[in-house]
Amino acid sequence: MNAPAYNFAYLDEQTKRMIRRAILKAIAIPGYQVPFASREMPMPYGWGTGGVQVTAAILGPQDVLKVIDQGSDDTTNAISIRKFFAKTAGVATTTATDEATVIQTRHRIPETALNENQVLVYQVPIPEPLRFLEPRETETRRMHALAEYGLMHVKLYEDIARFGHIATAYAYPVKVNARYVMDPSPTPKFDNPKMDNCPALQLFGAGREKRIYAIPPYTKVVSLDFEDHPFEPYRFNAPCALCGAENSYLDEIVTDDKGGRMFVCSDTDYCEGRQAAGHHGSLSAAPYKEKAREASNG
Amino acid sequence: MTTISELPPGFADKVLSAQSTFRSVMDAMARPGSVRRIVPMAGAPGPMMRGTAAIALTLFDHDTPLWLDARMAESPDVVKWLKFHTGAPVVQDCSIASFALVSNGAALPPLDRFALGTNEYPDRSTTVIIQLESLVSGRSFELRGPGIDGVATLQASIEPFDLLERLRLNEALFPRGIDVVLVADDAVVAIPRTTRAVSKGS
Repeated sequence: MNAPAYNFAYLDEQTKRMIRRAILKAIAIPGYQVPFASREMPMPYGWGTGGVQVTAAILGPQDVLKVIDQGSDDTTNAISIRKFFAKTAGVATTTATDEATVIQTRHRIPETALNENQVLVYQVPIPEPLRFLEPRETETRRMHALAEYGLMHVKLYEDIARFGHIATAYAYPVKVNARYVMDPSPTPKFDNPKMDNCPALQLFGAGREKRIYAIPPYTKVVSLDFEDHPFEPYRFNAPCALCGAENSYLDEIVTDDKGGRMFVCSDTDYCEGRQAAGHHGSLSAAPYKEKAREASNG
Repeated sequence: MTTISELPPGFADKVLSAQSTFRSVMDAMARPGSVRRIVPMAGAPGPMMRGTAAIALTLFDHDTPLWLDARMAESPDVVKWLKFHTGAPVVQDCSIASFALVSNGAALPPLDRFALGTNEYPDRSTTVIIQLESLVSGRSFELRGPGIDGVATLQASIEPFDLLERLRLNEALFPRGIDVVLVADDAVVAIPRTTRAVSKGS
């Protein structure tokens, strides 16, 4: 018997055809969640099975793949998915945002602006933005059909009534092409403005919930808000401790048990790129790099 | 009478050819009006163009009922080729078709006879694939909508000549609607239901 062999990019061709048809309809109806026959993947639900299936359906041998998890190229989820496609599709992989043609992401949009030749694939846990407000699929489907989104505004209003501001910090609902209210997956609301009029195609895959949706390039994506409480992206009020960036999304890292903490860019590629370009933050001592620089200079 | 062995072949490399064709179609759908080339070639039976044949091999299977226009349906080679290579069932009723293949645009049925989807499931609609003479010469159209940075210009010998006017029904129906894929030889242009077109004359 032959050694077990997988099809290119793991999925069988019939599954790819089914996913590809769903992707085309998703692009044609921006923000609408297309049901698809999600498959069991060799990783648990919650680890990006939807994103992996979308990536597998679009990926070709000429693509360069980048995978990020919370902005990082170096976490378990990102590494294992990158290795999965390097093994099953033999594609080139990268951590550099501007070199990638397909970027699969969990919970972040890269800081580096995307271009027209890129596709951003999101891993989505709960695709239905109305699900926590209305548990019945039959009802949420009708609400989308009628564009009846009052409930979502009530939810945001209740935030204001209780906290004085819209306290939703991630999975902040957006309206796509002035029609469908969509869950941008649990990205921080800091990233919402990047979805608007983005030159790259954005595809969303939810494996357990069996939905695919999309935002075509150059499509209007508006974060829901009120005239007197406009949408505001949130960011810790600090520069990155490693690269000094003032405008990137930051992770808070606890450094000891005495209240010590540091803020660093969540996007590791962006942060490393800035450090390589000579930007420094307050904690980026990195003495071995200084020595290397001195050695090369003198 | 053509035997199976005399039928035009499918893709030489099923997997990678389907992937490459899909990316062309996906890019076309994501950027309405832009002309994409379909590189991998399969044999094309009778009145079917090579681009159409490649799309058929990429997207059709037993789950996708097909509707063929009269010229396609009258060609035994087309019907046999589709059946052998894709297994997709050919239906007479275009309101239940996932895809429609139209080689003679002049005889395109009224668009509202195709499946338009429902408000709950607007994706359950027909994708109409129409073959044209040319996607580089002919009348000019200005296209606007998602996927287009401002305005895109499409120059095509569109048949039926009023196709883009007919597609205005998409405006009132949205999110229901018809998505159109135009094919000329190996070139492909998509006009999804969100695209709005204005004729600029010839």
